[in-house]
Amino acid sequence: MNTGRSTGIADVALRINGVAFRGAVDGGITLLDLLRDHLELVGTKKGCDQGACGTCTVLLDGRRVVSCLVLAAQCDGREVTTIEGLAPEGGLHPLQEAFIRHDAFQCGFCTSGQLMSAAALIEEGRAGSDAEIREYMSGNLCRCGAYPNIVAAIRDTARQVV
Amino acid sequence: MSTVEYVRAQDVPGAIALVAADVAAAYLAGGTTQVDLLLKDGVGEATRLVDIGRLPLAGTEQVGDVLRVRALTTMADLAEDPVVIARLPLVREALLAGASPQLRNMATIGGNLLQRTRCRYFRDRRVTACNKRRPGSGCAAVHGPARMHAILGASENCIALHASDLCVPLVALDAVVHLQGTGGSRTVPLTAFYRVPSQRPDVENVLEHGELVTHVDVPLLPSGMRSAYLKVRDRASYEFALTSAAAALSVEDGTIRTPRLALGGVGTIPWRAREAEDVLRDAPATADTFRAAAEAAVRDPFTVPGTEFKVELAKRTIVRVLKDVSGVPS
Repeated sequence: MNTGRSTGIADVALRINGVAFRGAVDGGITLLDLLRDHLELVGTKKGCDQGACGTCTVLLDGRRVVSCLVLAAQCDGREVTTIEGLAPEGGLHPLQEAFIRHDAFQCGFCTSGQLMSAAALIEEGRAGSDAEIREYMSGNLCRCGAYPNIVAAIRDTARQVV
Repeated sequence: MSTVEYVRAQDVPGAIALVAADVAAAYLAGGTTQVDLLLKDGVGEATRLVDIGRLPLAGTEQVGDVLRVRALTTMADLAEDPVVIARLPLVREALLAGASPQLRNMATIGGNLLQRTRCRYFRDRRVTACNKRRPGSGCAAVHGPARMHAILGASENCIALHASDLCVPLVALDAVVHLQGTGGSRTVPLTAFYRVPSQRPDVENVLEHGELVTHVDVPLLPSGMRSAYLKVRDRASYEFALTSAAAALSVEDGTIRTPRLALGGVGTIPWRAREAEDVLRDAPATADTFRAAAEAAVRDPFTVPGTEFKVELAKRTIVRVLKDVSGVPS
């Protein structure tokens, strides 16, 4: 059994956007802080850092989670997808194109979380109506209030995908 | 950030032995409240987290007229469970009314049951008066601004709320919690699992240190029973309940049979409204009956100025959910 050590260090091996990461992490460090502070994947933003805003949303084994409440050590053996891995290098995901087309952001701080959540929402089949999109995007707050355009961008993208 | 020791449990007995042997150890499942309270707010005593996330304690199984829900089943997965969709619609409604899609992918059913009964004063370590954090220190919430607080099972000692939506239908349905400890297993009805704060707000349930919730048995609704979960809140989605109610009953020739009613957003524990059920049982399914049941359910509230509104709101929530399930026009 991995009993940890008195120093609180845990060994982890995970894949992030298809790239393997193996290392020793502080037992209390979150996935969000691992991404931003240690791996320079700063596209994932830190908003409330308490699971209330959705800004730090990433996919863990394909399902959306808030990375501020996941310990990095819990991700051992798992696959993480961040905004950097949403589209192939140099390209844009259809959602990113739609967000630009629909002007679905103002300051942009929440946008990477909105995009990750929206990608998961479409995959979950929750883009059936504007009301359903709003309900299933409710975990992502936008202080600029770009909600109508975010909904429009998701609606548009879901239509293309289906 | 606090530093904690992280331990990955390899099997169920090993996990239980680790936590039982160490008063500073706690289980880590989905982490949505554990990581939040312990590592972000600095509230709680644990310095060692035993991760049970990989243990074979996820999934459901129908056993006769009971759905066995293993503790590590996520809220998202339980909401999409075919048996829940077909036979426990009020459980599905409560699950989908709770938290956000991201949190429902993370949070487990065992963790939902064991989420701390909490309020903003409890979460704020700068507040010194909190009987839940420091027994005997008083209750700042009773004397300060309050809103998201309990009015039932509450007292001068503590008005922190049990915020679970899921637990509301589960207490209405007489779900049973299965616990495993170093000395063996036992079962506790969910209605007897929680403790109202009384003199010990720091003790929230009957769980012994080291005991692990392995699964929850949820009796399925008999066919012919109608049910609903109604949640009233400050915004349309992703918000705690101000008040909520889970109801299940059948109506035969205009008469209410086998009523079940529980309340959320108002109790220091998930609140089974037995007095209201007594009013409803074998009574005519009319608006007058529903109002009488609502009066019985919220007969002896403990309010502070910020929570007085909940008394009438809870009653109206009860009336509306009863009208919905019994088909009585508003």
